[in-house]
Amino acid sequence: MGLKTWLDHWPVYRQLTGTDPLGRGAASKSRRRAELTPRTATAERVVKSVCPYCAVGCGQNVYVDDGTVTQIEGDPDSPISRGRLCPKGAASEQLVNSPTRETKVRYRRPYGTEWEDLDLDTALDMIADRVIQTRRRTWQDTDEHGRYLNRTMGISHLGGATLDNEENYLIKKLYTALGAIQIENQARI
Amino acid sequence: MAECHPVGFQWVMEAKRRGATVIHVDPRFTRTSALADAHVPLRAGSDIAFLGGLINYVLTNELDFREYVVEYTNAAAIVDQEFQDTEDLDGLFSGFDQESMTYNPLSWAYEGARATAAAGHRDMPKPEAGAAAAEEEAGAGAGEEAGSGGPPVPGKPERDPTLQHPRCVYQILKRHFSRYTPDVVEQICGVPKDQFLQVAHAVTRSSGRDKTTAWVYSVGWTQHTVGVQYIRTAAILQLLLGNIGRPGGGILALRGHASIQGSTDIPTLFNLLPGYIPMPHAHHDETLEEFVESDAGSTGFWGNMRAYAVSLLKAWWGPHATEDNDYCFGYLPRLTGDHGTYRTVLDQIAGKVQGYFVIGENPAVGSSNAKLQRLGLANLEWLVVRDLQMIETATFWQNAPELETGELETERIGTEVFFLPAASHTEKDGTFTNTQRLLQWHHKAVEPAGDRRSDLWFYYHLGRRIRQKLATSTDPRDRPVLELTWQYPTEGDHDEPSADAVLREISGVDADGNPLPGYTQLSDDGSTACGCWIYCGCYADGVNQTARRKPGSEQSWVAPEWAWAWPDNRRIIYNRASADPDGRPWSERKAYVWWDREQGRWTGHDTPDFEATKPPDFEPEPGAHAQHALAGTDAFIMQTDGKAWLYVPTGLLDGPLPTHYEPEESPVDNLLYGQRANPARRLYRHPANPYQPRGGDTFPYVFTTYRLTEHHTAGGMSRFLPYLSELQPEFFCEVSPELAAERDLEHGGWATIVTARTAVEARVLVTERMRPLRVQDRVVHQVGVPYHWGPNGISTGDAGNELLPAVLDPNVNIQESKASTCDVVPGRRPRGPDLQRLVADYRTRAGMSGSTDTATNGATTDSTTTDGAVMNRRTGA
Repeated sequence: MGLKTWLDHWPVYRQLTGTDPLGRGAASKSRRRAELTPRTATAERVVKSVCPYCAVGCGQNVYVDDGTVTQIEGDPDSPISRGRLCPKGAASEQLVNSPTRETKVRYRRPYGTEWEDLDLDTALDMIADRVIQTRRRTWQDTDEHGRYLNRTMGISHLGGATLDNEENYLIKKLYTALGAIQIENQARI
Repeated sequence: MAECHPVGFQWVMEAKRRGATVIHVDPRFTRTSALADAHVPLRAGSDIAFLGGLINYVLTNELDFREYVVEYTNAAAIVDQEFQDTEDLDGLFSGFDQESMTYNPLSWAYEGARATAAAGHRDMPKPEAGAAAAEEEAGAGAGEEAGSGGPPVPGKPERDPTLQHPRCVYQILKRHFSRYTPDVVEQICGVPKDQFLQVAHAVTRSSGRDKTTAWVYSVGWTQHTVGVQYIRTAAILQLLLGNIGRPGGGILALRGHASIQGSTDIPTLFNLLPGYIPMPHAHHDETLEEFVESDAGSTGFWGNMRAYAVSLLKAWWGPHATEDNDYCFGYLPRLTGDHGTYRTVLDQIAGKVQGYFVIGENPAVGSSNAKLQRLGLANLEWLVVRDLQMIETATFWQNAPELETGELETERIGTEVFFLPAASHTEKDGTFTNTQRLLQWHHKAVEPAGDRRSDLWFYYHLGRRIRQKLATSTDPRDRPVLELTWQYPTEGDHDEPSADAVLREISGVDADGNPLPGYTQLSDDGSTACGCWIYCGCYADGVNQTARRKPGSEQSWVAPEWAWAWPDNRRIIYNRASADPDGRPWSERKAYVWWDREQGRWTGHDTPDFEATKPPDFEPEPGAHAQHALAGTDAFIMQTDGKAWLYVPTGLLDGPLPTHYEPEESPVDNLLYGQRANPARRLYRHPANPYQPRGGDTFPYVFTTYRLTEHHTAGGMSRFLPYLSELQPEFFCEVSPELAAERDLEHGGWATIVTARTAVEARVLVTERMRPLRVQDRVVHQVGVPYHWGPNGISTGDAGNELLPAVLDPNVNIQESKASTCDVVPGRRPRGPDLQRLVADYRTRAGMSGSTDTATNGATTDSTTTDGAVMNRRTGA
């Protein structure tokens, strides 16, 4: 290693002799840093998305490698957000890759003290049975004045403002057909 | 706004850079205040007095935009002589029934319109149902169902365009607001007179032909027992100043969830069907025709409601919906009153509701009086929770505070709980509707792992399975389920239903299955199917318009080719009002849409919100229907009379005009009237939901809840993330140095905040950002309580919403979570049964012993504008 090369490893030398006298740019960069490539630059795919937090609707670019989200950044194309994200939006990679996110169905039987495992298909089947039974048991054809009701008051729902429109649409459609009316979400909470 | 919608706030800063004055009205000094030209602290819960003061200032000094007001609002309409104002009746309007605590709105009608107003009071019970049913129905959130247009009034009321008639709306407004003087504002809001007048000058100076002022608000305005009337007050002010339907104007709601607007448009709400079509109410025998007639009126675009309703029924029941069976109108379940979430929770506690789905929401720590929620959860037969993380609503049987106090025992809770992990936004296709009504498609990036699924998957397959299980049923009650259109293409290993196919159904098709271009093509003869009429055309030409992403830098400032706005891709609604009655822009600087005489059509920067070829001088034929009854100057096309309503002759449950009332729990009496609180507010009397009595020294401080930049609502999407938990690691309360001295609170130490519901502990942040205010003859201290916490996740703490009572606005059933009263003492809260003893002691001191039924009868805004002042305020939902 020649003296010049050796000296070049020294940031102060680069700062004093180079074009970055304040040491806030090129002078402070190590060789290791120069050799690094951001994972956003090498991502397999960039998928267009929208921030899932508040209702401003900032554009997101979702970077994907090998079937995994590797980074989420603001989309500069968006006329709403112009590439910016707030602390929550900027943390959304942690939201989707959180190690504490549940991956399995959990079941707590009546009066139980622990969670139990349950197969997703079995869970769906049990829930369908609960809906059918509760609906039958609590069905109202008419009220005490003889007015037409055609409903169940045994089934309630809360949630929707964090979901997609398509999801809310199927939810409202299914419940209405089932005669369930106590459907609510964050819009008035 | 800078705190809770920081990326949106960049546009406020852009406006400021271009000369706009930015005023921040908020009890707290926040990041918004730091960047505003002025911060105006006021007492939480007093905004109607503040805005009413501005209205009075405009009217007293005749600073209204007279041509706009006369032509585009109902200022000239004459009101029935039976109408009596709160000025006449000490805080009540005419028509109030003390026994049922409800209004009969007949006397609020336009002159000569009383009969129609009665028939037109939405789909309410007919007289045969009796008074009890009428009272019950008053809780049905009827005020909200006018979401797509005002409720019906007869086509054109009598008018006095000189605005001199003593019973014209303009003169009624003048009398109504005459006592909202700067002195009164100072006494009620705690805003010094000089500071109030500075705001009044800024707002009026920045409005008119060449300038507009915008008001920006969040749930700091809506979460009150008078929440709807807060917005009404802002609407009156903005209409008087000519700031609606124009660029840089408006009253802009900053909503708090990615698709909270969408879940209102396609409502997972009890009282609405998609597109703000009301859910039908119970009657002996009501036809679709009668349902439409009672709601739609005959004039204005809402006069086409039958086409919207029939197209919805066709989307849901397809070939089974025919003219002969009233398009399956009988399949819709019927309402009989308040079926909102707080009523439902009380019914869960009472054992009337057995099953509960909670999807992406966390009521066990996020709703007012969270204990009520947990008592409801503990009394269900079955509960389904779908979320990303293991939230408190799923774990209440393991760690509800009531387990520690001994009020609940895990082994005695019979609720069967299913927790199903949900897919995140990057693991599914779909649209969010943002706060400016923009539908934006997000693409699936990766497959969800393990048992994680989209909610689209869950509901599609749940419905499929229920239909399979009922397939052989001959019970007529099962026909709506079995005949439902429920065939969606699926894809992938998980049989994920196609969100694209669902969006096509929402957007609508003609009889041949071709995509519809827009809602004006909807028909009432069953030849079109459309899942949500206001979204009609979002899949026009077979193209997913919501997925359009032409870069903002490559198109005009309106950016019409980025995603899709409802209705008809309009970015500013009622934009006909951006032109004068002759169709010319009010000024070149504020040109937006205008009448092109040569082309014979409306044109401009945006899709005109008017019939494209209807000229400004058009006069309708007598007896014309729907939009054909609107003149060329009737800019507010959804209203039956084509006018924006300064005064609301029908449709609201608590009065035709906003009036200052104190919050349910307030340290002071109502300075203006004997009537202390909104007389029609919705109270839930329940032992676990006690209301604090008025006055007294037991709960001397005002507290207000809010969000932090680094957390999101009840914490399910933020308290579990390391970055955000590191940025805001702990529950805290904000107090002024004066209050800290009065209560011996130490910065960084612990405080216990007490209400009649419970007590919570928080770290103390002593800060001059909280400022004591002089209100009437006393000093009012305010306490800031961010509400994000609970026992689960990385960052844990007590839930601020434990403190709140459940008491609601009667129109939309939103709870009063922005202004209540409390006590604050140093130190941590007691543990176990001692906690209950502390709260019981407070109740006794407040004179509440032996009875929890102590309801007494008795905000702000972040804002911004392009040219002018505007306010804004803390966010919540």
